[in-house]
Amino acid sequence: MAIRNSLNGQFLRRSSFAGARFMSSSWFRSIEPAPKDPILGVTEAFLADQSPNKVNVGVGAYRDDNGKPVVLECVREAERRIAGGQFMEYLPIGGSIKMVEESLKLAYGDNSEFIKDKRIAAVQALSGTGACRLFAAFQQRFHPNSQIYIPVPTWANHHNIWRDAGVPMKTFRYYHPESKGLDFAGLMDDMKNAPDGSFFLLHACAHNPTGVDPSEEQWREISFQIKAKGHFPFFDMAYQGFASGDPERDAKAIRIFLEDGHLIGLAQSYAKNMGLYGQRVGCLSVLCEDEKQAVAVKSQLQLIARPMYSNPPLHGALIVSTVLGDPELKKLWLNEVKVMADRIIGMRNSLRENLEKRNSPLTWHHITDQIGMFCYSGLTPEQVDRMTNEFHIYMTRNGRISMAGINTGNVGYVADAIHEVTRSGYVADDMDQVTKSY
Amino acid sequence: MASSVLSAASHSFSPSSSLCSRQTHKGKPKIGGNTLRFNKGLNSFPHARSSGRISMAVAVNVSRFEGIPMAPPDPILGVSEAFKADTSDVKLNLGVGAYRTEELQPYVLNVVKKAENLMLERGDNKEYLPIEGLAAFNKATAELLLGAGNPAIKQQRVATVQGLSGTGSLRLGAALIERYFAGAKVLISAPTWGNHKNIFNDARVPWSEYRYYDPKTVGLDFEGMIEDIKSAPEGSFVVLHGCAHNPTGIDPTPEQWEKIADVIQEKNHIPFFDVAYQGFASGSLDEDAASVRLFVARGMEVLVAQSYSKNLGLYAERIGAINVISSSPESAARVKSQLKRLARPMYSNPPVHGARIVADVVGNPVLFNEWKAEMEMMAGRIKNVRQQLYNSITSKDNSGKDWSFILKQIGMFSFTGLNKDQSDNMTNKWHVYMTKDGRISLAGLSLAKCEYLADAIIDSYHNVS
Repeated sequence: MAIRNSLNGQFLRRSSFAGARFMSSSWFRSIEPAPKDPILGVTEAFLADQSPNKVNVGVGAYRDDNGKPVVLECVREAERRIAGGQFMEYLPIGGSIKMVEESLKLAYGDNSEFIKDKRIAAVQALSGTGACRLFAAFQQRFHPNSQIYIPVPTWANHHNIWRDAGVPMKTFRYYHPESKGLDFAGLMDDMKNAPDGSFFLLHACAHNPTGVDPSEEQWREISFQIKAKGHFPFFDMAYQGFASGDPERDAKAIRIFLEDGHLIGLAQSYAKNMGLYGQRVGCLSVLCEDEKQAVAVKSQLQLIARPMYSNPPLHGALIVSTVLGDPELKKLWLNEVKVMADRIIGMRNSLRENLEKRNSPLTWHHITDQIGMFCYSGLTPEQVDRMTNEFHIYMTRNGRISMAGINTGNVGYVADAIHEVTRSGYVADDMDQVTKSY
Repeated sequence: MASSVLSAASHSFSPSSSLCSRQTHKGKPKIGGNTLRFNKGLNSFPHARSSGRISMAVAVNVSRFEGIPMAPPDPILGVSEAFKADTSDVKLNLGVGAYRTEELQPYVLNVVKKAENLMLERGDNKEYLPIEGLAAFNKATAELLLGAGNPAIKQQRVATVQGLSGTGSLRLGAALIERYFAGAKVLISAPTWGNHKNIFNDARVPWSEYRYYDPKTVGLDFEGMIEDIKSAPEGSFVVLHGCAHNPTGIDPTPEQWEKIADVIQEKNHIPFFDVAYQGFASGSLDEDAASVRLFVARGMEVLVAQSYSKNLGLYAERIGAINVISSSPESAARVKSQLKRLARPMYSNPPVHGARIVADVVGNPVLFNEWKAEMEMMAGRIKNVRQQLYNSITSKDNSGKDWSFILKQIGMFSFTGLNKDQSDNMTNKWHVYMTKDGRISLAGLSLAKCEYLADAIIDSYHNVS
């Protein structure tokens, strides 16, 4: 100790005997600059824009009617209760047990027998992204020759996640540009033709980026087809409650699959439905045949998590378990989530009305047919560029509009802009235009 | 159709798990309230129409994860679990490295409580951070590490990305190595923190060990270390613990650091520092960063992973950073962009809570000074406990064994030199919980328990082999 202290000053001032041999060529020479993230890059560009009319309908974060981010009252109250109280010891690798329990109830049903029978392997994850990544890594480890079938289109980061996890991707038809709805026949066909036992990624509700969801009947047929082929259904549920306003209703697809006896995988996120974006809180679950298998699977998920981040962050998990674990707070949350969903639905109606009022040559019923935060407008990348360059309206080049960015103050302006760039009556009606904008 | 279900089963799963064997296996599992049964006519459609759908009495999919083995328990966290289960009055948990007060209670720093209250009052929103994390945090953490006036920072040669504490930051660094330094090897000390190997394994980066711990002296095998670093292929990455080596507590002296830097430069290796205890080791933030600053001052390109788990007690909030100090601002920008590209498919963007706490504490001069005082207090308690333990052992042990390594080691951990059997004796006979490599966490030791621990160590050392 003494030696260290006395040499301290000398130590810091001393220059190396070999001279400060400056590295003349960098080790990082061959590292190229990464392309901008297509979604988050939009927000960066928006922030840099000085125009007073600018509108951000890029990233999918909820805004109130004044265009402001919202922290839910139930969340604030939960934070008041937990502030300064908890010591911040490490969570277990699998995260907060309480938060996971509440998450499973939300997704699988309060009285789900799968929960009672302890058949669900579940861990807290870093929001939806982290949950998907854990599953992708797990899939790679235990089914190294498998692939993941993803819908066209899908959230751009799905590609990155399975790619970085080392799992090759295949696609199945999903969006139907001509109708701006679901290509159900194409979807069923692709599921039939995929090799037996393939892994399929499904959006449980409020498909991102299209907002196009299968109907209940269609879900049942999809379930049947998947069962017949022995496929594995992996659900990404990022919008439970946020889509229709009712979490039970938004979980319908999952409940159908559970009734039909599927053993599903599920990624849940609280980013949108509880407004906990930056807290990174979610849950990954895998329904197993029995408790023993669930314990084994969970232990393997933990083995993957440990060298990624050791254990997940506490704060967001505390908020979720406080809110969902307290009947009053949970009731408040359900109300608040309905308010958010209702505002979005209201804006969909409003945007559609505004466009129809302007005698657009095109049809806009897809705006209200679609559900959730996003609307696949049908705009081409070139039209999107015009939206941005001429009207300072920021969105992703696939024509996706985040309805959360629309409010009573700007809906007219946005309608004007869309009308202006689509006057010619031309919209993206083929998948090339959809897919090339990735 | 039934046959296709069967063929699906045998095609996709391990040979032992065909549907037939599933049926004979401990009775029929209850699925969806129905007992398992086969529907012969899968061709007849169970479509849901208006009323009462035909129930889909189809064979349940055999799990895709049949035959997945149970993973071994984590060697470190398993210790705490065993401790909890022990009913003895005198039990002592010297396993996991989380700081405890003299009363052996967990400790939330006062500055952290204050920062959290400030955050509540401010009513901060919960928007996504950028992929690289909170800007104020990134600035603060780089300055803490290198010193605010450091030329590397002024010259914008430091790429900083907020990471999920030390683990997450190391993982980003490992992923960068895997992607851009194909074939490069990583050298880690023998021993090192257990999770280092897991991180590089999962990132698919090959690693090998350099000699570090010398059991004969319970000190540093400096010659071995230099030799092994020298003999590694040029352009290897060398993982170095910035201060308070985990698990041994043995740090190189300033002169030894100079020589380590020499040989690393000579071989064109890249140093990769793991700094998990800055401020926590000596009590001084600057002193504990001296090794890193030495390398940077020589103009070397360096990777550094930081953690605020211990020094700010923010264990559960997962706050840290990966820093890459490179030779030009342009190269730093490129590296940062690629680190972001690695982070996006892992977790999109990092958690905000811990980052705000650090930024608020460091950014507020009053809180910053309070933090430094609390850190000195924590480091001071550990030093006192080391001294007390040493005093207790030397006053009881007449064998002439040199126990001075207890004082020479630094930080939360001490490598006692006890082997596995001796460590087991510590637990089985004395109810002292530690890891099997002989590591004890001094953070879990109180002055009051030093006598007892001394007895246990002496007994285990002398009476067990």
